[in-house]
Formats: sequence, structure tokens, C-alpha cells
Amino acid sequence: MSELSTLIFGRLTWDAIPLHDPILIATFAVVALGGAALLAVLTYYKVWGYLWSEWFTSIDHKRIGVMYIVLGLIMLLRGFADAIMMRIHQAIAFGDATGYLPPDHYDQIFTAHGVIMIFFVAMPFVVGLMNYIVPLQIGARDVAFPFLNNLSFWMTAAGAGLVMVSLFIGEFAKSGWLAYPPLTGIMQSPGVGVDYYIWSLQIAGVGTLLSGVNFVVTIVKMRAPGMNMMKMPVFTWTALCTNILIVAAFPVLTAVLVLLSLDRYMDMNFFTNDLGGNAMMYVNLIWIWGHPEVYILILPIFGVFSEIVSTYSGKRLFGYSSMVYATLVITILSYLVWLHHFFTMGSGATVNSFFGITTMIISIPTGAKIFNWLFTMYRGRIQMDVPMMWTLGFMVTFVIGGMTGVLLAVPPADFVLHNSLFLIAHFHNVIIGGVVFGTFAAITYWYPKVTGYKLDPFWGKASFWCWLIGFYLAFMPLYLLGFMGVTRRMSHFDDPSLQIWFQVALGGAVLIGLGIACFLIQLYVSYKKRGSLRDTSGDPWNGRTLEWSTSSPPPQYNFAFTPRVYDLDAWWHMKANNFKRPTSGFLPVHMPKNTAAGMMISGISAVVGFALIWHMWLVAGLSFAALLVAIITHTFNYKRDYYIPADEVERTEAEFDRVRLANQQSEVVA
Amino acid sequence: MSHSTATPAAGNPEKFEFLVTGDHHAPNGTLLGFWLYLMSDCLVFAALFATYGVLSQNYAGGPSGADLFDLPLVALNTAFLLFSSITYGFAMLQMQQKKLQGTMFWLAITGLFGLAFLGLELYEFYHLIHQGAGPQRSAFLSSFFTLVGTHGLHVTFGIIWLVTLLVQLRKYGLTTANRRRLFCLSMFWHFLDVVWIGVFTIVYLMGSMS
Repeated sequence: MSELSTLIFGRLTWDAIPLHDPILIATFAVVALGGAALLAVLTYYKVWGYLWSEWFTSIDHKRIGVMYIVLGLIMLLRGFADAIMMRIHQAIAFGDATGYLPPDHYDQIFTAHGVIMIFFVAMPFVVGLMNYIVPLQIGARDVAFPFLNNLSFWMTAAGAGLVMVSLFIGEFAKSGWLAYPPLTGIMQSPGVGVDYYIWSLQIAGVGTLLSGVNFVVTIVKMRAPGMNMMKMPVFTWTALCTNILIVAAFPVLTAVLVLLSLDRYMDMNFFTNDLGGNAMMYVNLIWIWGHPEVYILILPIFGVFSEIVSTYSGKRLFGYSSMVYATLVITILSYLVWLHHFFTMGSGATVNSFFGITTMIISIPTGAKIFNWLFTMYRGRIQMDVPMMWTLGFMVTFVIGGMTGVLLAVPPADFVLHNSLFLIAHFHNVIIGGVVFGTFAAITYWYPKVTGYKLDPFWGKASFWCWLIGFYLAFMPLYLLGFMGVTRRMSHFDDPSLQIWFQVALGGAVLIGLGIACFLIQLYVSYKKRGSLRDTSGDPWNGRTLEWSTSSPPPQYNFAFTPRVYDLDAWWHMKANNFKRPTSGFLPVHMPKNTAAGMMISGISAVVGFALIWHMWLVAGLSFAALLVAIITHTFNYKRDYYIPADEVERTEAEFDRVRLANQQSEVVA
Repeated sequence: MSHSTATPAAGNPEKFEFLVTGDHHAPNGTLLGFWLYLMSDCLVFAALFATYGVLSQNYAGGPSGADLFDLPLVALNTAFLLFSSITYGFAMLQMQQKKLQGTMFWLAITGLFGLAFLGLELYEFYHLIHQGAGPQRSAFLSSFFTLVGTHGLHVTFGIIWLVTLLVQLRKYGLTTANRRRLFCLSMFWHFLDVVWIGVFTIVYLMGSMS
């Protein structure tokens, strides 16, 4: 009996359910109740069929983009819950007080926080934005491989799902977000935590890699006629560079996680302390992926700010070509700096100097970008809307983060600050000030395009100020503590004089929480007020690029006729030259069909991952075979497309014209 | 809110055709996409080669490459794989001439060479493990088995793909989609050949000299 159950269940027993931890029980209760309520609501309103056929199986890049962003928002709530738990714990765990989290749980929280925020919040945000915007900006009807796009999303979601499962079945890694061995070797971490880490990242990594390939091909092959490389919108340029980085960086992550798995599962000796293993190999390899990864996140955000600055200044972007070259230089340099993450490992003065200098050089193209944005605003007619506020907040905050980064790039300074809270403050400074601010700016900017109505500015401003002030309150004390030598990942402190700074930081985290709440309220309020916030023109901000030439939301096929491009600001140029929308002569539109194969393959992949985590060899073998069968079966599906008839296209376009013109008239009358 | 204060400046009077009025199809990107995937796969191998490079002298008191490698056997194996690339080339030539039977024949021959390669590799692995030189013995052997095994795993998936494609060719013939798939598998197969040249040189030849 026990042999049979081991074969089926591996090391999964009832003990794996953390009934001993009241915090987790409460979390589980909340999640279970919330989930049940959500399911009940969805069932009550009978939207399951709609969700299935219009969203889950959709291979429309716009739908997939929205699903990525929703995934990012959900995971942001989880990641933020981890953050506030850490902040509360550190604010009280002084002297005799041990705080409310056992060290074992605290370690899982800081690991999960990092993993979730990078892989399942920032990445889905960035990939989701690229998904929605890039095909529209280049005048394409979809991406190059629409099915792969759906598969990529579900693989990412499956990875996120495994991380969430680890909360209630077993445990997550206690090793920090990059899981350095030998701590993560099987000797030191025999539990399932590291295995959850490995398999959730491997599965999500497949999705990311595929979407990287997809977008490079889309941008290279599917641009509208006339849009040569130097007429591409900046956001598309940054997306191209980011996806090149994805294709060139994620394989290394895959490889290094395979090596770690071989050490753990097959007793190999890549990173072990004995039999010739070399743990420093791991640190090198993971950062060869890890450093480009931070540029994968920030480059498209630079693109977002470029679009916003030029739109809200009513001006062409200053220094377009320098912006493009700066992006390319950053792309290349991002591969030459990885060692600055471990100057203290002992590579010697020469090697450290090389990587210190390359790191400092990156600040030059980045600085050029900042000046380009400033010069775009100079003498522009600036509209201080919410996206512009995020942009200004970003510029100030990111410059501070960049300067502390250059400081850390000096090896002798790094020897003092390495592993301290100064480092924590630095990378939150650039990731929150950059990626998060940029994502909120982008959501506000493109929201009317996606939904057909604008976001309510009051709650947007409230959210912005909470985030901005909250950020400074939460992380400036960390810079200070870092200078005082306080190291990261501590769950208890002896020196009472430090406590006040942690309490200030907690206040900042609470403010950030309010910022998130304001954002959610903003979504709700705007939905309620959508009648008065409606965008019927398709071009609410007087935009410059092709996505604003479509209706809001765009029709399924994006463009009834492929646009021809003559200018960098293609839509602006069209408006300036009296572009008239055609009213006849429409052709049937060739479109790809929806499919459930992406969900299926990703679902089975998650089962394979879960089985491998728990050493359920039988289930792992069977589900892997099922995975192969599912993939092969999918390749036998040759009929993947259909045509939207010309009269349906004509009706859609006529309806957009009718609403747009009626509204223009009423504006003139008013 | 007024966002129409700035109006686009009036352009020059020349007329622009702003729309492609005919049917517009973007070029198919499958081959470029597959090539990009291969380059990413190439980086997986690059990471494994780098790991092997770092760990290849870490014998931990165990056997070295010079003690273990049976070069004539590996040479034979190399020949199998190189011949399979030539026969894949023959399959592609038949495809260009629209000859379905010939294409399938040479594909099948390619698959058999691939199987022979895998068989010999498995024999070699079995032999090494039997001698006590398994992947757990030392970091050198871990990296050796992983690098060579990853290549072998690729060949295995290549064969599964090849068999699938044979069935699809039989069922649907040399359609555009199937020809595209033949091109992709061709790139995959030749890519594995190139990687093997690296494995043969760096792992086996240089390893035997050490």
C-alpha cells in the first residue's frame, strides 16, 4: 500500500497542508472565500461561456494583452501582501520582540515577493502592453504566431498558478529570489520549496521565450508598407530590443535551472561543495540572464514614456534617432555588466574594473533619453494629465535610482554596500520608479483605446500621489539604513535606534497600499461613469501613432485596410493631410480561429510540474506523455483560419463612423 | 477635457495614398521565427558548453576523458549523424521536385540514421555508468552527461517530429504547410549536426588529449 501511494503521491502527504500556521490558514480562508464568491458571481451572470469563447481561447493579441495585464494586477496584490507583511514584521521585530512571522515563513515571503514581482507582475505587465500596442502601432492585424501568443500567456499563468499553489500545499523556496546554491542544493534544501521555484519559472520561461520569438518576427515582418525601421514608433523599437533580449537571455535561465534540477533530482555535482562542483558557476549563469532581464523590463517602459511625453506635449519626440541608438546601445551593454552583481565574489581587481566601467557607461545612453524627454517637453504645450504626472514622477525618481546605481557600480563602494538595504532601496527605486510608474502611465494612456472610455482622473491623481510619496517614505529610510550597514533579508534586529526607520518605511508601504486601492477604485468608478468618459473618436488624446487611427476599442481585425506609412508619426501625418476614412470597397478579412489548445498544453504542463515537485513519478510520466500527445494532436489541426465577410467589416466601420461623426457634431454644437 | 487644442500642422498639398486598397498579406514569418528559436536553443548549448569548459578538469579523483572515451566508437556515431544530414538534404531535393514518395523515403532513412546514433550513444552511456563513471561521480562527468545528453534529447525529439511529419505527409501530401514544416525540421536537424561537431571536437577530441 505505502509503495503504491508513494508511486502515485510521491512525497505529498496531509502534512504538506500547513494547518499549523494560523497566518496561512487565514490567507487560505480569504482566498477560498474570495474565489468562491468570484466563481458564484461569474456563474450567476452566466459569463463562463463568454469568458471561454471570447477570452480564454482567444488568440486575438488585444484580448491576450488584457489577460496579461489582469494576471499582473492579481499577482501585484499577492506580491504587495508579501511586502506589507515583511514591512510590519521588520517594524516590530526588535530586541525582545520576535515579530509575528517565524523565520521559516519570513524567508519564504521575501523569496516569493521577489519572484512574483519580477516574473509574474512586471513581466506580464510589460508583455501585456507589447501585446496590445505593438500590432496596432505597426498597422498589423495580429502577431506573427497568434496561437503561440495564447500558449505563451497560459504558460505564464500556469507558472503563476504553481507559485500560488505553493502557498497552501507545501512551501515555497526560502533562498531569495535567485536561489543560489549550495543553499538550494538538495542537502541544504531538501523540501519542495526550491522545486516549486524551479518548475514555476521553467514553465513561465517557455511562455516568455515563445512570446519573445513571436514579437521579433512580428516587428521584423509585419510592419505596414512604408514603415521602415527608422519610421517605427519608439515603443515598437523598445519592444523589438526587449524581445531580442528575451530570446538571447531566457535560454540561459532555462539552462541554469536545468543544471540546478539535475543536482537536486539526480545527485549531479554542478554546484555542490564536493566532487568538483562550483557554485560560482551558478551565480555567473543566473546573472547572465538576470541583468538583461532588468532591461527587458525597463526598455518598453522607456518606450511608453516616449509616446506619452510627445503626445501630451503636442510635439514630435525630440531626438528620435538618438533615442533608437540609445536603446540599441543599452541592449548590447546589458550583456556586458552581469558581474557587477557579485563584485565581492573575488574575481580580482581587473575583472571588477572592467564590469564597473561597462556599468557606468550604461548611464550615458540612459541619460540621453532623459534629456530627450526634457527637450520634447521644452516649449511644448504640456497637458498635465495623469499619464504625464506619472512620467514626471518617473523622471525624478529614476534619476535618483540611476545615480545610486552608478554609485554601486564603483567596486570599492560596492564592497561596503553589497547585500545591504542600500541595494534593496536602489533596485526598488528603479523598478517602482521605472517599471511600475510606467505601467500605470501606460494603463491610463491606453485605457480608452482598450475599453472605449477614459479613466477617471481624480482617482488616478490620488493613486499617483500615494504611490509617489509612499515610495519615498518606504525606500529613502532603506538607503539610510544601508549606509549604516544593515543587511538585507533580516527577520530580527537588536539595535533599537534603527527601529524608527523601519516604522517610517512601514508608513510608506501603507501609503503604497492606498495607491493600489485608489487604482482599483479608479477602475470601478470609471466603469460606473463610463457614459460621460466615453471615447467615440478613437483618438482621445490627439495621438500621433497608428493605434489612435482605430476605433476604441479596435475591431477584431484592427485595420479594415492596411495603412501606408509616410512619416514617423504616421497618424499625425494622416490627420495633417486630410485623411478620409473609406466607406466602401471593403474586402473579407483573413483571421486565425480561436483554440483551446494553448490552455490544454499549459494545464498539462502545470500538472507535469506539480508531479515533479512532489516526486510523483507515475503522474509525471503519464502527464508528460499526455503533453506530447496534446502537442502532436495540435499539429494535425491544419484548418486554423476563417474569413470575416466584407459586409460585416463594412457594417463595423460604418457604425464607428456614425458614432464618431454624431459625437463630433454634438461637440461643435456645444 | 480638451485635447484638441494642438492641431496637426497643414502638410504639403501632395496627395498620399494612405491605405493599401487591395488584399494585404504580411509575409509568412515561420522560417524566421523558427530560426530565432534555434538561436535561443544555441544559447542553451552555449551555456552547457561554458559549464563543461569550467568543470571539465574537475575529476574529483575520478576518471578523465582520456581514460573513458572510445574514439572509434564516437567517430562511427559522428558518421551516422553526418550521413543523416546528407540524407535529409536528399529529402529536401525530392521535395523541391514535388516527389512525395522520394521525400518520405529519404526522411525515413534520416530517421534510421538518427536512431542508430541514439542507440550508440545510449550504449556509450550505459557502458560508462556500468564502469562507475556515471553523472554523479564528478562535476566533469555531470557536465559531460548533461551536454551530450541534451544533444541526444534533441535528436530524440527530432525523431518524434520526423515520424509525425511522415504521417502528416502521407495524409496531406506536400502542401504549403507541410513543405514549411519540412524546412523547419531541416533547419533543426542540421543545427543538431553543427552542435555535434562542437561536442565531438571540444568534448571528445580535446578530452582524449588531456
